[in-house]
Formats: sequence, C-alpha cells, structure tokens
Amino acid sequence: MSNVSLDRIVTFGFRDKYRGTGIIMTGKVKWVTDIDKSVLLNNFEKRGWIQVSASEDWNFYWMSVQTIRNVFSVENGYRLSDDQIVNHFPNHYELTRKDLMIKNIKRYRKELEKEGSLLAEKDENGKYVHLGFVPVTFMLPADYNMFVEEFRKNPNSTWIMKPCGKAQGRGIFLINKLSQIKKWSRDNKAANFVTTPCKETYVISLYIDNPLLIGGKKFDLRFYVLVTSIRPLKCYMYKLGFCRFCTVKYTPSTNELDNMFVHLTNVAIQKHGDDYNPIHGGKWSVANLKLYLESTRGKKVTDKLFDEIHWMIVQSLKAVAPVMINDKHCFECYGYDIIIDSNLKPWLIEVNASPSLASSTANDRIMKYNLINDTLNIVVPNGEIPDCKLNKNPSKEALGNYIILYEELAVNEGADRDLKNRPGQSFGSKVGRAKDFGRPISMTWK
Amino acid sequence: MEPDSVQRQLSVTIAHIVQRLRGSKLHSELEREARTCLHKSEVRIESLKEDLKDFLRKSGWEKKLQNAVYRELNVLPHPGHPAAPPEHTKESLMYLRRAQVNWEKRVLKSLNSMCAELGIPLAKKRSADEQKELLNKWNEMGTDEPDLSHFRPVYAPKDFLEVLINLRNPNYDGGDPTGLRSSWGLISIPLPVKDLSELRELFAELALNYEQLGIDDSMQIPVELFESEYIRLGQRVLSEQDSAAAQQYIRQGCPTGLRADMWALILNIDNQLEDSLYYEQLKSNVIQHDLLIDNLIYKDVKLTASNDDYYFVFEDYLYQVLLCFSRDTLVLDHFSYSSASPPKSYIRGKFALEDYTVVYPPNGVIPFHGFAMYVAPLCFLYHEPSKLYQVFREMYVRYFFRLHCISSHSSGIVSLCLVFETLVQTYLPQLFYHLREIGAQPLRISFKWMVRAFSGYLATDQLLLLWDRILGYNTLEILAVLAAAVFAFRAENLMEATSLATAEAVLADLSTLKVMPLLQLFLFATSS
Repeated sequence: MSNVSLDRIVTFGFRDKYRGTGIIMTGKVKWVTDIDKSVLLNNFEKRGWIQVSASEDWNFYWMSVQTIRNVFSVENGYRLSDDQIVNHFPNHYELTRKDLMIKNIKRYRKELEKEGSLLAEKDENGKYVHLGFVPVTFMLPADYNMFVEEFRKNPNSTWIMKPCGKAQGRGIFLINKLSQIKKWSRDNKAANFVTTPCKETYVISLYIDNPLLIGGKKFDLRFYVLVTSIRPLKCYMYKLGFCRFCTVKYTPSTNELDNMFVHLTNVAIQKHGDDYNPIHGGKWSVANLKLYLESTRGKKVTDKLFDEIHWMIVQSLKAVAPVMINDKHCFECYGYDIIIDSNLKPWLIEVNASPSLASSTANDRIMKYNLINDTLNIVVPNGEIPDCKLNKNPSKEALGNYIILYEELAVNEGADRDLKNRPGQSFGSKVGRAKDFGRPISMTWK
Repeated sequence: MEPDSVQRQLSVTIAHIVQRLRGSKLHSELEREARTCLHKSEVRIESLKEDLKDFLRKSGWEKKLQNAVYRELNVLPHPGHPAAPPEHTKESLMYLRRAQVNWEKRVLKSLNSMCAELGIPLAKKRSADEQKELLNKWNEMGTDEPDLSHFRPVYAPKDFLEVLINLRNPNYDGGDPTGLRSSWGLISIPLPVKDLSELRELFAELALNYEQLGIDDSMQIPVELFESEYIRLGQRVLSEQDSAAAQQYIRQGCPTGLRADMWALILNIDNQLEDSLYYEQLKSNVIQHDLLIDNLIYKDVKLTASNDDYYFVFEDYLYQVLLCFSRDTLVLDHFSYSSASPPKSYIRGKFALEDYTVVYPPNGVIPFHGFAMYVAPLCFLYHEPSKLYQVFREMYVRYFFRLHCISSHSSGIVSLCLVFETLVQTYLPQLFYHLREIGAQPLRISFKWMVRAFSGYLATDQLLLLWDRILGYNTLEILAVLAAAVFAFRAENLMEATSLATAEAVLADLSTLKVMPLLQLFLFATSS
C-alpha cells in the first residue's frame, strides 16, 4: 500500500502550500461505488471527490453486499488501511438476514432471562413485556415441528412465509392452512441437521392481521439507522422516515390472501399496482403520521409509540452486538421496516443492509439525496480523507437530519452488566440524550 | 346607537334565536329533562322555576343551551331594518345581489349544457344491482376507475376571479378619472374593509406579547415556559364544555392532542346517535340515486387530493363525505344568511312552473375545482366518517361558503381580496408597483390561496394552526392578512421576477412557511 502513503504526502504537501492563505484544501477523497445511483454520485461529485476504480487506491467504497462478502472473506485476507472506509460491516447478515436476526434476538432474550434482568420480564401469557417486538417466528425447515405446535394453538391464524435470502418482497406468500406448507414436512424428514443453504431456508412469522389502518389503508414504516460503531454502540436515526401505503384497501378476508398488493407494502411491488401514483408514490412522511396520531389518539400514546420504536431499534442492535465484527473501517446505514398494529404496538419486521437508493418520486429523490449527504457528513467528517483511528463526533450541523439514537461510552464489561441488573436503572453505561425530532428529552426508557 | 334601538335590536336577536332553537332536538331534550327532574326531591313546587333552573345548570344542560345560543350568534346575519325584505338579510347591496344571481345563472347553465352534451340526466335512480355494488365498495371508492374524461369542473377559482374583477358599483363615482389615486389592484368596488390598525385590534391575541402555539412551542423553547400550562388550560376548557371559552382559548392556537375535541366543541357538535343515523340516511340516499354531480366530485378528488402528499391517504373518506354532503338538505338552511341561492331545476316537461322546481343538487351547492380540499385537512383530526362529516358541514355553513359567493360580508371573498390588495398596496407599494409592471397582479396569485383557505398550499400542521384562528376569531379575514404576509416575506425574490410566470414560481411552494411568525410579524411589526 505504498502508493497510499505517497498520495498522502502529496496531499499534505498540497495543504501546506496553501496554509495561511485562507484557502481550505481538503485532501481529495477517492471513491468507488458498486451501486450506480444518482443520489450517491451527486453527493460524491458535490464534495469534489475523485472517482477511482476498485483496483486503485481508494478512501471510500460504497459496496454492494456481494463485494463486502468477498472483501472480508477468509481466503482474501484483505486488510483495510486507516484511511479507508466501507459502508457495510463484514457480518451484517447477523442482523439483516431474517433468520439470523430472529436467532440473535432469541439468544439475547434468553441470556437476559438467565441473568434475571428486568428487561426479559414476561407477562402472564409468557410474552416478553419489553422485548416482544418481533412477531412469533420460526425457521423452516429446522423448526417445523415447533411451528406446527404453535400453529395448532391458534388454528385461525395467518402466517407469512419469507425466503431468507431475497429482498424487495420477492417469494413471499401467506398461508392459513397447514396443508399449504405440507411440502416442508416431507423435505424435513429427508434433511439432516446440516446447515441448509440460505436460499432454501424460510422464516415463517405470525402475520399481523390487525395492522393500524389510516384512511382504511395498511402501511409500514421505513426508518434509516446509521451505525458507526458496534462496541461501544453508537447509532443515529434519520428523522425523515416514511410510511409506505398499500394502494389497495386492506381487508383481512381470506380470499384476498393471494393479492399481494393488499398485504405487502414494498414499493417494488406496489409500483406495479393499478393505483400507484407517481407523484407521492404512496409515501407519507413520519411527521404526517405523528400529526395524525397525536390528533386522533392523543400525544401521550403517540410519544409512547415512538419511544417504543427507538427502544426496539436499539435493542435489536444490542442483540447482534456480541456477534458482529466491530471493524473500525466500517459503518452501515440500515433500513428498518416496522409495522404498527391497531393497539399502537410497533413490530420489527426486518432490517435491510442495502436499503434501496432508487427514487420513486421527486420528494423521494430529495430525501435520499439528503440521507446520503448527512450520512457522508458523519462518516467522512469535513469531507476529508478519513482516519479510522479517530472517533466520530459530529457537530450539531453535521448531523443534519440525524438524531443520536444511542451512544454507549466504553466502560469495562463488569460495570455494564451491573447496571443492567439494577431495577429501575436506565440500562447501558452512559445513555446519550435522545432528541425526539428536535427537542432534547431525557430517555423515558426503563 | 341610542339605548332604545339597542334594546330593540337585542329583542329582535333574541326572538330570532328563540325561533331557531324552538322545535330543535335540544329543545325537546330540555323539556324531557325538565319533566323528569320534577320527580327529584330537590325540586319543590313553591320554588319550581328557580329549582328547575338550578337543576339544569348543575346537570350541564344550561351549558348545552348556552353553546347552542352561542352557535346561533356566530352565524347571525347583520341586523337589518325591520321592514327590509329577506333578500336584504342575504345581501344588502343590490348590485352585488344581482351579480351573484348572474353568476349562479352562468354556473347552472354550464352544468345543464354539460348534462345535455353528455346525454346524462342530472339525477337518476340506481338499479338494485348498481346499489348493491356501490354499497360493497363504499369504503374504497378510490379504487374505482370510471371514465371521467368527458367531465370538466363546472368552474375553477380563476373563472370566479374574472367575475369579481368585473364587478362595478353603478352608483359610485370616485371622482378620479385618471385612476391615479385609485386602487392599483383588480377589485374596483368600494367596500369598507379593515385597515391594519383595525386588524391589529381584531387579532389582539396574536400580538408579540402573547404566547402562541406555532411560535412558543418550537423546539428551542422548554415546555415548562408555556406549552405544558397551555395544554393543561386546554384540558380544563374541554372539561367545562363551554363553546365560548373554547373559542377564546383557541385564539392562541390549539395543542394537537386536543384539537379534534376543541373544534367539535366550538362548532357545537356532539355527535349523538341521531347524527349518526342522519349520516346513514344520507348514505342510503347516495346509494339509491346517482347524481351527475357525483362525477364532478369524483373528478375533483382525483385531480386534487389524490395527488397531494398529505391527503392522498384519505381519498376514500373524501368521496364518502362529499357525496353525502350533496344530498343533505339541512345545508339549505345557510342560504338564509348567504348571498347565494340554491340552484333550481325543473322536473322534465314542467319548465318554469314553480310547483315543480327541485333544488339541484339537494344541498344547493355546486362543487367547483378544488372543493374537496375543504374536507381533506379535517381527515387528520377525525377518523370516524359521521363525525368528520358533521364537522365539515358546520365548517362549510359557517365559513367556507363565503369563499365562493359574491357578497359584502367582511368575511366574503370580495372583502378578503380588497383587504389583501389594500394591505399590499399600502405597506409594500414598491413591490405592488413592480408586480403590476411585469403583468403579475398580486391577486391573480393569491386568489387561489384564499378561496381554498390555504388548504393544499401550506403544510398540514401549519394549516391547522391557521384554521384554529379562523374558529377563534370567527372570521376569514386572517386569510387575507396571511396572503399579504407571504408576499412581504418573499418580497425580495419577487422584486427580481420578470413576468407572471416567474412571480408564480417564487410563490409556488408554500409548504415550508411557518404561519404564525409570518402573521405576527406582518400585523405587529410592520411600520404603519
């Protein structure tokens, strides 16, 4: 990597030349991208960064998930230098693969239960009070028998089958009869307990059939969460999340089970529905949602809902923190998909490692452009060549539309666990003040 | 005024209100309550009248009566001469009356010719199958895609503006043949409107020394300073169930969590069983009969709210409310204090025979392009169709109707235009002159904002803060003030505009505006 050092000297030299002249010379960041989207390219260009190819020396690489797999795979032994950052954690799939996310959350809950932590408290029905934010889920074919047991307890329930390795709503279907997935029981008998390849595993979750409806329509929420460090956990939430509405009226009647336009809210699917509107794209800002809920349900329950959403995001990150590789060259901007039910309880549906950067409407394009802009301002401070040894502490202006969701200061492990067990104590070492869409409020978490 | 005529006017008002309330649902409820309380021990025969009044006060019925009286006072037309004919109550200036009648004739003619062109009757009964189909998809009419390409809105705000521009008072001679001293604007009739000092007096609670929602609840200000206490006060006002107190309270804005109830209280809507049943009745009227108007409503929603970032979600509610609204004959009541009259149509073959006239549509209101936007913001507050419907209807018969008929009322659209033009000419003369020179008369741009009460132009949370004040002050004049304040705010950019198109572009996007600071600054910080 000697070329890198040479470049750095040259750039610094450049800076020295202009020192004292009042001209700020930032070393030009060299970037590469696998994702050819204008919201990215425009942001790089406006910073005056230089595009290079992957084989040259680069400082910033916006990778696809395939590339990150190769970069960090054991065979390649790629080592990143201190002035290189990438946009994924090596094993992000611990959070972003549906089956692994469930596995990690279940493990996290069991651990807390064993410790006797209050966080793992259960109610009289055996449901987790504070950590029950994922619908009951099983892995198939591995957990088939457990699933059947649960299914028989609620024979009228509907379940949603999702393939582990696919995105954008592909391959998803609903079932309400065991016979619809009988084929799994056949396959299961043949399989032994070897890890089934990802594309053949499914997760099956209890379908939330009482979603909150607005204007009679079903919707889900997308939030963007930026993680710059796993341990200690530092994450930011983008204020400008949005709701994605189904274009067709929601009805839980069984004949509609096959109509994917009613049930799935992925834009990729909705875009092909008859009523898709290219002006607003079926998207509503979270600000609108907040105004609507406050006006129709009251401020208290609305604040509680958003509090629970923040809590849920942080808990999901805490659940995967022990198994994630905390590579300091990495950051990641996740897309969290959340559904709210008619009791105003939020449910975590899934987390995306590569949230779509395509824009379906003009507003969308502006929002995603700003998202990338604010993200870059945090992970590449001042637009200068990154230095991974430094902690990122963005100023208020640099945050843009992000709020600091959670900031765990590094303390020794012992004190951390201690705090968890004390009743009534806010967990984690030092808890940063979460700004609730602008106004600083102290965390209302237990 | 002499005390004698004040006294006389008071008794006329009282008689008018008594007449309005007599025979109403509230009247019979009060009678029933009075009769049942006779059995109570605290009511004695010797002091029957006092005990009865006491009981009614303690049980909250007096409050309800108070609210009902207050509601009537809010819509009470100006007291006229006792010998004046009823047209005078509607509109006292004859030339404006005539202009309104002509306008109505034009609109009805346009509707009738569309009807003849398309060969569709104004109204027809639906077949049993069609009725069943409509009932099934009552909650999702938005997914329907009938062919509406042949329908056009009966008129758009800009057509109405042309009519207003051509209004002339035949008795008026300003004595100014060169036109130099006259108004630079488009409206050429001499209606008396409030100037800035009168507006300051009227909107006293918006002054810089009063705290406001929309300003003092912003992020940088700690809640303890104003917001928390104000919310507590609002909750108390709601528990007292006093319309007049609520109207006073809301002048400084309404907290989002309390707004739905506060508006219902001010509009005196209690959403009782009878009201829900009435709504169901209207719904069955819609199912049974198909009106030509329905297609216009459908098209209007598709053109406006369906494409709006804020309101597209509520598309289906809009159909439900507007279709029922057009069947509601209770709306005809408001024509007694409006300068407008309901359009009449004749049963086939019986043209010009008085006995065979029907009001068309049944509620007497022909919708125009953008009408659906009066309902849309309310969907953020009320998710139950019957209540949503009642709030909208009351808002319409108290305020919105004035925005599309010709009258001399201070909240009428003509007065609003005059207030707007006068404010801009007096306090932004350089801007006005420049805009005139480039062919961009300010009213041509602001007219559509005022006709729609800014719905669809402002962000919803800001719009609701604005409508709070409409309810609080019981006047629409605030729309004209806001329009002028917007011009003042964007004056610098407007001075650089070179044509109507570029001026429109500067003012195309109002969604980032914060309404209350703009109003406050314009009203109280403009040097007069």
